[in-house]
Amino acid sequence: MAKFEYAPAPESRAIVDIASSYGLFIDGRFVDPVDGTPFKTVNPASEEVLAEVTAAGPADVDAAVKAARRAYERVWSRMPGRDRGKYLFRIARIIQERSRELAVLESIDNGKPIRESRDVDIPLVAAHFFYYAGWADKLAYAGLGPDPRPHGVAGQVIPWNFPLLMLSWKIAPALAAGNTVVLKPAETTPLTALAFADICQQADLPPGVVNIVTGAGETGRALVEHPDVDKVAFTGSTEVGKQIARSVAGTAKKATLELGGKAANIVFDDAPIDQAVEGIVNGIFFNQGHVCCAGSRLLVQESVYDEVLASLKRRLGTLRVGDPLDKNTDIGAINSAEQLARIRTLSEVGEAEGAERWSPPCELPDRGFWFPPTVFTGVSQAHRIAREEIFGPVLSVLTFRTPAEAVEKANNTPYGLSAGVWTEKGSRILWMSSRLRAGVVWANTFNRFDPTSPFGGYKESGYGREGGRHGLEAYLR
Amino acid sequence: MTVLEALDAARLSEITASETSLRRFLHGLAGVDQVGADARAAMLSTRSIKTTAKQWAIDLAISMIDLTTLEGQDTPGKVRALCAKAQRPDPSDPSVPHVAAVCVYPDLVGVAVKALAGSGIHVASVATGFPSGRTSLEVKLAETREAVAAGADEVDMVIDRGAFLAGRYGQIFEEIVAIKQACGDAHLKVILETGELATYDNVRRASWLAMLAGGDFIKTSTGKVSPAATLPVTLVMLEAVRDYLEATGRQVGVKPAGGIRTSKDAIRYLVLVNETAGEDWLDPDWFRLGASSLLNDLLMQRQRMATGRYGGPDYFTLD
Amino acid sequence: MSPANSRRTERKVERDPRPARLEVKKTYKLYIGGKFPRSESGRSYEVTDSKGKFLANAAWASRKDARDAVVAARKAYPGWSAATTYNRGQVLYRVAEVMEGRRAQFVDEVVAGEGITRSRAEKVVDEAIDRWVWYAGWSDKLAQVVGSTNPVAGPYFDFSIPEPTGVVAVIAPQQSSLLGLVSVVAPVIVGGNTAVVTSSYERPLPAITLSEVLATSDVPGGVVNILTGRVGDTAPWLAAHMDVNAIDLAGAAGDTEHATELELAAADNLKRVVRAPEAEPDWTQPPGLERMTAFLETKTVWHPMGV
Repeated sequence: MAKFEYAPAPESRAIVDIASSYGLFIDGRFVDPVDGTPFKTVNPASEEVLAEVTAAGPADVDAAVKAARRAYERVWSRMPGRDRGKYLFRIARIIQERSRELAVLESIDNGKPIRESRDVDIPLVAAHFFYYAGWADKLAYAGLGPDPRPHGVAGQVIPWNFPLLMLSWKIAPALAAGNTVVLKPAETTPLTALAFADICQQADLPPGVVNIVTGAGETGRALVEHPDVDKVAFTGSTEVGKQIARSVAGTAKKATLELGGKAANIVFDDAPIDQAVEGIVNGIFFNQGHVCCAGSRLLVQESVYDEVLASLKRRLGTLRVGDPLDKNTDIGAINSAEQLARIRTLSEVGEAEGAERWSPPCELPDRGFWFPPTVFTGVSQAHRIAREEIFGPVLSVLTFRTPAEAVEKANNTPYGLSAGVWTEKGSRILWMSSRLRAGVVWANTFNRFDPTSPFGGYKESGYGREGGRHGLEAYLR
Repeated sequence: MTVLEALDAARLSEITASETSLRRFLHGLAGVDQVGADARAAMLSTRSIKTTAKQWAIDLAISMIDLTTLEGQDTPGKVRALCAKAQRPDPSDPSVPHVAAVCVYPDLVGVAVKALAGSGIHVASVATGFPSGRTSLEVKLAETREAVAAGADEVDMVIDRGAFLAGRYGQIFEEIVAIKQACGDAHLKVILETGELATYDNVRRASWLAMLAGGDFIKTSTGKVSPAATLPVTLVMLEAVRDYLEATGRQVGVKPAGGIRTSKDAIRYLVLVNETAGEDWLDPDWFRLGASSLLNDLLMQRQRMATGRYGGPDYFTLD
Repeated sequence: MSPANSRRTERKVERDPRPARLEVKKTYKLYIGGKFPRSESGRSYEVTDSKGKFLANAAWASRKDARDAVVAARKAYPGWSAATTYNRGQVLYRVAEVMEGRRAQFVDEVVAGEGITRSRAEKVVDEAIDRWVWYAGWSDKLAQVVGSTNPVAGPYFDFSIPEPTGVVAVIAPQQSSLLGLVSVVAPVIVGGNTAVVTSSYERPLPAITLSEVLATSDVPGGVVNILTGRVGDTAPWLAAHMDVNAIDLAGAAGDTEHATELELAAADNLKRVVRAPEAEPDWTQPPGLERMTAFLETKTVWHPMGV
């Protein structure tokens, strides 16, 4: 029994009001489906059923796209930028006002710790809406020509790892640029998107500007392949990203894709060790490792290997795995049974391939989907666990000798989303950054996001950028 | 270069043999990224310590306080009143633990020793030209000897920050060794005055310097300079004592002082200790809080947890 | 009394022309360092409406008030310039929210001071609020639009970023007492500068109401300071002040002689100058970037890129 036991510090669920069932949000109202079917969404920490949601069928998707088209032609494309901006400012303010409710809802539906949804996700959501609200009447200054125009209707499909944040990354710039949207949240995390629909109503957003169609892969496909969608935006797996790229081939549809990664987190012998260890932990265990840009490959310079690993293992001993609604939890639940199975399978592969597996001792709850933070050492580039995205709290540790070798190993992957560099030497940071083939390079930090900072990948991690002035490009022509 | 090697006696005397070797060692320690350290301290500040954990933490914090008065206007009367408060923080509640020590100027040590006789509370004395440290080694030694002769159990010395910023690590090392000798059986706390050291790299180096020279405790501040103790600075010092124990087998204590006013602050420090150096430091022998007004806030929180009502200053003695 | 007598008594009573409730009249003071002091000179002057009717006694700022305002602005500068652009944007957006709440009061003051119709005044006030929102949205975008990374011919990472210049003196427009005022104040502070503003002499009331908005919108004291009174009593001292980094001469529009004197005085410490136009412009036109970039310095940094 530890000397200083932190007593349970649960965040109250009373603030959220989850309905027993939800329809689809089309043309400013919640409506029953035409050809959709019900399915359930579950709390991954307890397997409790939260609500019945609707998987939109093709006719539902069609209705949503039609509503978006009408709203675009009659209202949104005629509205001056300053007014579009004002709607977005309203939405941003309401998100701030309802921030606690949204954070609790996100943790319940996704499984991530309340501390993260409260301190990271929701504040960034509000910030994205504030940032893009300000662009709506300044598009002439975005570097895209004197009078850039929106595409029209955007079909957007988002993943389950940062549900409301991914929604804000998609909807805020699209609306600021003058497009209307139909968005499909992930199958396992629909609730904050549905709460967002309510926020759109509170902001008095004109009907049809934002439409939310819940559902799974089929709904997503129907949306992406709909002939009247001008622009497709997708965040998710590389596999599905490729399918989308194929489906828009030969059409006039524009697409941006934000896909998977297998980022190298590179630690040099002159790194600030304690902060580097924090960066490693943050890089792969933040959000249970369900992060496309996770630092899932630790590349540590051989000369400091022992010390870094010893510090890392010691640090992992203070990680708290458990109830997402406990304010002291660091690592929450795995999002679904499916994802848990995948993580387990790949971990078994890692062991079979000869890597050494280690986890700090931790007690996992009996119900729900859980996986302890795990470190594989003795990994090399030829191992599957060094190449394939696991999307879970599993770190693969490799070594390198020189900066050039670190760059080579970091780049030796079809992915190219992000990378980390840890060294106190400024020139080396810049030398490495200029050679790493990754869309985001974090130096002496990791997993930092800001609405002003463009994010996106090289190679099979996708194309297009979200955030910043560059984030407008996807939604204007 | 990072401290990987075990530092045995031979290696230690090698490191401290000359100004050059000392500099090489201290500057070879891993750097501290300021933004990263601040972020880690901030994240640990979000820990929510409630109910039983909070009660335990409040009582532990009380028992770790070095109740302090270091004013030009201090008198024997003032010191006696402080000592009474130290023994019985809340006259209406005998279950409240007593504090760890009372901290005064050397000329009032005698008064404190008499007032605290038999209580188990230590008497700590500042010395060495506190707070500025700008005086000769002879004067510093004389002051230390006086405090110890008057009965001080602990001596809180200041390092020469001017020497540190000018890179004269050897001089500081010699001074600490000499003061430690003059302390005899008394424990030596070495005040780094982190607010004047300005960077976390300097705090790390000064921490190691103080420990290599034999300090029993490293302390953040005199409380006379702003900023005094902060969570990130204390984090760096806790990392240093953790690494030092691992390298040498010797445990050194940590004392943040100055600017710790509320129970919330105090509990944040305890969380920092718990998740950095570890629970071996969660003990008044290894962690102290240099404070004065903090005590009443802890008492107020303690009472609120017991009665369910928010209190007011009228219900707690000023000293 | 007989019914006939009482009827006669009723006919003689006239209606009292004064309103049933006596209003509590507002006092108009200076806004310096987040507080509302009277002028240290103790003087005030009569403000009348466009028809000459008495409106209020406004504070008549002296050069000492101007001096104090510069001190307050300089004191507020480190905190304001170091705030994140997100934070400054949030604060400015909050100002717009509070302005919106005070819309009716602003409309009354613009009608009275500028002698325009109520419906035109409403348009002007709405435009002023929307102008403020426009500027609020620039806070976290300026660096992306006016900054750059520079592809120098060598192994160096080279970037240029905008930084605020410091304390800016603003001689606000004489005619457009709210929209013009907002158009010269917001661009100064959105970039991180602090401001000492002299309001319109004849039409100062919206400026003081704006100070009340600023004081209640999380704007730190000293970021904006507003002096009412004779522009000639304060502007020359601000133009010559060695701790003022820049000056906007909008309020000297059409007054070439004084504008030139001010520009000459400003040359002593090479203040950045936004010159007085020949006549007061149409403030409803889109403002562009000039009033923001005029008060931004560009810092270029080089760093080698090597292993």
